Amino acid sequence: MVLLLSNLNALTGGLFLIAAFGIVVTRQVRACLNFFVFSSISLAASALLLGAEQFSWHLVAVGVINLITKPWLLPWILRRTVREEIYNQREITQAVNIPTSLLIALGLVIAAYFFSLPWLDAVAAGVTLRTNVPAGLAGLLLGAYTITARREAVPQLLGLLTMENGAFFAGIAIAAELPLIAELALAFDVLILTFIVAVLTRTIHEHIGTTAAGALSELREETRQ
Amino acid sequence: MTERILFNAIQVLVVLIFSPLVIGVLHKLEEIIQSKQGPSIIQPYRDLLKLFNKDEIVSEESSWIFRVTPYVVFVTPVLVTLLIPVLTSYPLFWAFMADMVGAGFVLALGGFFATLAAVDAANPYGPMGASRTRMVGFLAEPVFVIVFFTVSFVADSTIPFIVQKKWSTPAANFFEPSHLLLLVAFVMLILAEKGRIPVDNPSGHFELAMIDESKGLEYSGQGAALMKWGGWMKFLVLMIVFLNVLLTPWGLAGNVSWGEVLLAIPLVLLKALLFIVLLTIIESSLAKLRLFRISEFMSAAFITAVVAMISSVFAH
Repeated sequence: MVLLLSNLNALTGGLFLIAAFGIVVTRQVRACLNFFVFSSISLAASALLLGAEQFSWHLVAVGVINLITKPWLLPWILRRTVREEIYNQREITQAVNIPTSLLIALGLVIAAYFFSLPWLDAVAAGVTLRTNVPAGLAGLLLGAYTITARREAVPQLLGLLTMENGAFFAGIAIAAELPLIAELALAFDVLILTFIVAVLTRTIHEHIGTTAAGALSELREETRQ
Repeated sequence: MTERILFNAIQVLVVLIFSPLVIGVLHKLEEIIQSKQGPSIIQPYRDLLKLFNKDEIVSEESSWIFRVTPYVVFVTPVLVTLLIPVLTSYPLFWAFMADMVGAGFVLALGGFFATLAAVDAANPYGPMGASRTRMVGFLAEPVFVIVFFTVSFVADSTIPFIVQKKWSTPAANFFEPSHLLLLVAFVMLILAEKGRIPVDNPSGHFELAMIDESKGLEYSGQGAALMKWGGWMKFLVLMIVFLNVLLTPWGLAGNVSWGEVLLAIPLVLLKALLFIVLLTIIESSLAKLRLFRISEFMSAAFITAVVAMISSVFAH
């Protein structure tokens, strides 16, 4: 039974990595949001599996809270505050073109695995730590890379939230008795962050007609009515 | 001993006979999902029969490559069938002739001759399609190599039979994250190699947009029949490698007995049917990519394969 749970946990690790790559690379804002929801669901699945394996209801609560806030509340908030047409936008170019972006993301994942390996060996880690910690670190680095590489505002926000997802993915394997206060505080933090960025995005879109955050670096003469 | 030779021959016969049926079912499913009726599932057999009875016209300007290519394209999938686990899970008589990398090269030989023949006929659309096929092919090469390397690294061998044993016997190997990523990378590879959507439109008739279909443009009569049949067999071979080695390595005959081997035939066809359903869903929900975006698609496949390699190398 324990073997089956750690196998399914390895499956969620793979899904988390795929979703993190998807957030870096997809052009459509709507698809980026779907990949983020997918990575949150795999994070919640991993938390539930680890909670069942180690009989810790803290982790089960972490999984449930993640299942409520990220796949459901967060898109709802975004849809209510940001205007609908932002979702239909596609980024034609990123800061670097997409194959180069993918190769850099690959280098980051290799770095994540490389840097977590000595630590895992020193701690004599079990199977779940060996899947979760490198995948979480990779998610963190890929989220940071998304913020730098993408031009639109909503994917940049999703990159920030992916960093938090990645940190949690590593954290649930390290600390089985995660204090619930920390998780609740972070969940509210996520929601407030989303709300603020969404309101800012809407205001930016009303004023300059595009949500490409790089366009804000210069002063302009006219504003859109 | 003789039974192993006979089973090997039965494997080849199964692939020869059932590959038009597999393509027929794929076409019919694709039409059904678009609310049309579609051709009957034995239509490819009728097409082959019709083409074998027709006259062949060969351009006088073409060289020996044009005449040899249909036979090469027909024979290379047959050779690869001898090496892979189609019906049995133990190695057969010719199974150690080449490993997976060798099988990949043999398939690439067929593709290479097809590309050369498309250029040979001096049809204006042939070289265009041929150069695009080569572009997709060289973008797919790194993915092939990395997938084979990862699969062999886990199994400590490159022979498909031994790889299949390693993936099927300990159940823990099936759920590794590297396995899932390898499946995704291999499906993207099959889509690229066989010219399905999103890489190419297999049912399109615009020569200006053809990528993989252009290899059969100039052929008629017997040559066209062999090119078509060879293409269908290559598709079935790639599908069988995916299903029997990576995805569902179960349902194959474990003992040297006629009953088990004959029972494995409908099981393999059932697995192929499931894969065809998955392929139809993928094809009907995506749009064809523009040509310069194919490199992004293949880099995504490459990245997935390399991450599978990293997570399996560092986890073992």
